[in-house]
Amino acid sequence: MSGIPHDHYEPKTSGEKWLHRRLPIVALIYDTIMIPTPKNLNWMWIWGIVLMFCLVLQIVTGIVLAMHYTPHVDMAFASVEHIMRNVNGGYMLRYLHQNGAMLFFAAVYIHIFRGLYYGSYKTPREVTWIIGMLIYLLMMATAFMGYVLPWGQMSFWGATVITGLFGAIPGVGDALQTWLLGGPAVGNATLNRFFSLHYLLPFVILGLVVLHVWAFHHTGNNNPAGVDVRKASKEEAEKDTLPFWPYFVIKDLFALVVVLLVFWMIVGFMPNFLGHPDNYIEANPLVTPSHIVPEWYFLPFYAILRAFTSDVWVVIIANKLSFGIIDATFFGVLAMFGAIFVMALVPWLDTSSVRSGRYRPMFKWYFWLLIVDFFVLMWAGAMPAEGIYTNIALIGTAYWFAYFLVILPLLGVLEKPTTPPSTIEEDFKAQVRKSAGQGPAAEQIPAE
Amino acid sequence: MIRKLALSALTALSLSAAPALAAGELGEITDYSFSFEGPFGSYDRAQLQRGLQVYTEVCAACHGLQYVPFRTLTQETGPALSPEAMRAYAANFEVFDRDLNDFRPAGGPDHFPPSGMETAPDLSLMAKARIGFSGPYGLGINQFLYGIGGAEYIASFLAGFDGREEMQAGTMFYYNTAYGDWVSMNPVLWEDGVEYADGTPATIEQQAQDVAAFLMWTAEPKLTERKRWGFVGTVFLALLASLLYLTNKRLWAPVKRAAKQA
Repeated sequence: MSGIPHDHYEPKTSGEKWLHRRLPIVALIYDTIMIPTPKNLNWMWIWGIVLMFCLVLQIVTGIVLAMHYTPHVDMAFASVEHIMRNVNGGYMLRYLHQNGAMLFFAAVYIHIFRGLYYGSYKTPREVTWIIGMLIYLLMMATAFMGYVLPWGQMSFWGATVITGLFGAIPGVGDALQTWLLGGPAVGNATLNRFFSLHYLLPFVILGLVVLHVWAFHHTGNNNPAGVDVRKASKEEAEKDTLPFWPYFVIKDLFALVVVLLVFWMIVGFMPNFLGHPDNYIEANPLVTPSHIVPEWYFLPFYAILRAFTSDVWVVIIANKLSFGIIDATFFGVLAMFGAIFVMALVPWLDTSSVRSGRYRPMFKWYFWLLIVDFFVLMWAGAMPAEGIYTNIALIGTAYWFAYFLVILPLLGVLEKPTTPPSTIEEDFKAQVRKSAGQGPAAEQIPAE
Repeated sequence: MIRKLALSALTALSLSAAPALAAGELGEITDYSFSFEGPFGSYDRAQLQRGLQVYTEVCAACHGLQYVPFRTLTQETGPALSPEAMRAYAANFEVFDRDLNDFRPAGGPDHFPPSGMETAPDLSLMAKARIGFSGPYGLGINQFLYGIGGAEYIASFLAGFDGREEMQAGTMFYYNTAYGDWVSMNPVLWEDGVEYADGTPATIEQQAQDVAAFLMWTAEPKLTERKRWGFVGTVFLALLASLLYLTNKRLWAPVKRAAKQA
């Protein structure tokens, strides 16, 4: 499957040969599991496995929860309490599912930022990156609809605010929103379709995950050095790589169990840590919570959404130029989706010839500033949209767009990168020696 | 739609104008110490029974517990009433039976009735719908040791009436230090307002803590079971992690040795 030369499956027994002639499924599994993987992958390359686990966890717990849940405005809240009180182990299932979504997002953000730092999006992995962004978008849609299902106050008002964003689209907005909600406001029709889609989308994600994995199995993994595996011969390739099984399976499993240890402690000892207390109050269309906040994983983009008020000059200009069609709300919606869109375009916005951020002295600073910016936006999103907070959100938003649209394209021209090691083998040796305390870093080891 | 959004934002603002402090910044919440805090915490059976008594004699006049079935009062890790005591207790309440088309005394499978007073919220989940504190620095990591403080909030609220009263637009309001504002609920707990069967002195603070603990149980009846799962899983995963660490080290050792020597 991969472009890296390696051993292929050879059917030996007559039974294996019989099956292989008809359906080479064992070969497919063998080639997938035995894919040559760069030796020098660090601990940031474990999140893919964590994400796979999250998807399976969410699907399995979700299917069982769906057996006990009732998607009806009069019964949804009570049916969740039924799960928490009467269903065997229901409290664990539900807390696992609820916190599982948070682990899913924590992992996906680390996974995305890892890709941004090590240039995993660069040629030839653009398609892997785009598929990944689609998965991320679907995850957000799934999580949003899932959050509506318990039918608490935040469920209801979150749904009202977010679907209201579609209503802000000029012209078709109102019709679109009514179509999404199945009525003039969030109600039973909304709850039913959200339940249906919340069950469907994870399987679409599963399909995209297969494509995502297929794509990077075809190009081979990126790695911290950002240099390609030597593909001239099998012997050379083997100097740079190790088979996924057992080396990386065991490494990833170890990391996964450590992550799960923390996750399990949160589920067991503080399951409502990241939840919102208002969601333990049944939805009431007549009482608006004083402060509507989305779940933490939406906060950075929520901050971007709210940053644009009608007194911001870009909004005023956009409003004038569009003869009033684009108002502050619609501008905010465009900015929010735009923030994700520019991230999806990063393979074409980054002009640097060096893949890994490790060898880009200026890039590093801007990258870490982007991480800080992400957390600042997250914090600003949790604060009320007034006073100093909107200003902070606006500055954060400006940097987010500047990073992708200005800094990355310019850095490729302005920056003078250091020299990456010539091979993965060399990088791996330097890494091993460094961790063994033998001193010299990558640059000082003579090339063979 | 934009107008609708703006409207709901406005409503949110105006609604929050009065209880804004309560939602955003809390009043004074006393950090009472409860037996169910921390990774190994569990409910104090005697306290839950006392709390049930306070709920029955004081709160139940206005507030319901509609998600709580009477039969759960026999739960070993909860109030642990005997089945007979539970049935006798349930029979004090009347429920509407659709088959009989009439009211009848409640039994084990029936739920506590919903709130009798429209403005009084149901209390089943109140201990999870309020937070007492979220430190340090609003990160909420303290929950690991102290829980979200819902029970502390309830106890502080019940003991937080400082005696100030005020008539506003024909309604009597009472100042509550835990809410940090005027509330329409009147003080309900009095010294020796209930007489505990186990002889515990019924101070206001005692009653407030007992009923808060009881309401924590109604909100999270499976807390003890959940923490047990948490402990078992943590030990198991820690063990598995150490084994995998050693396996991984052993597996990679020859590869790393070769890299060092080359």
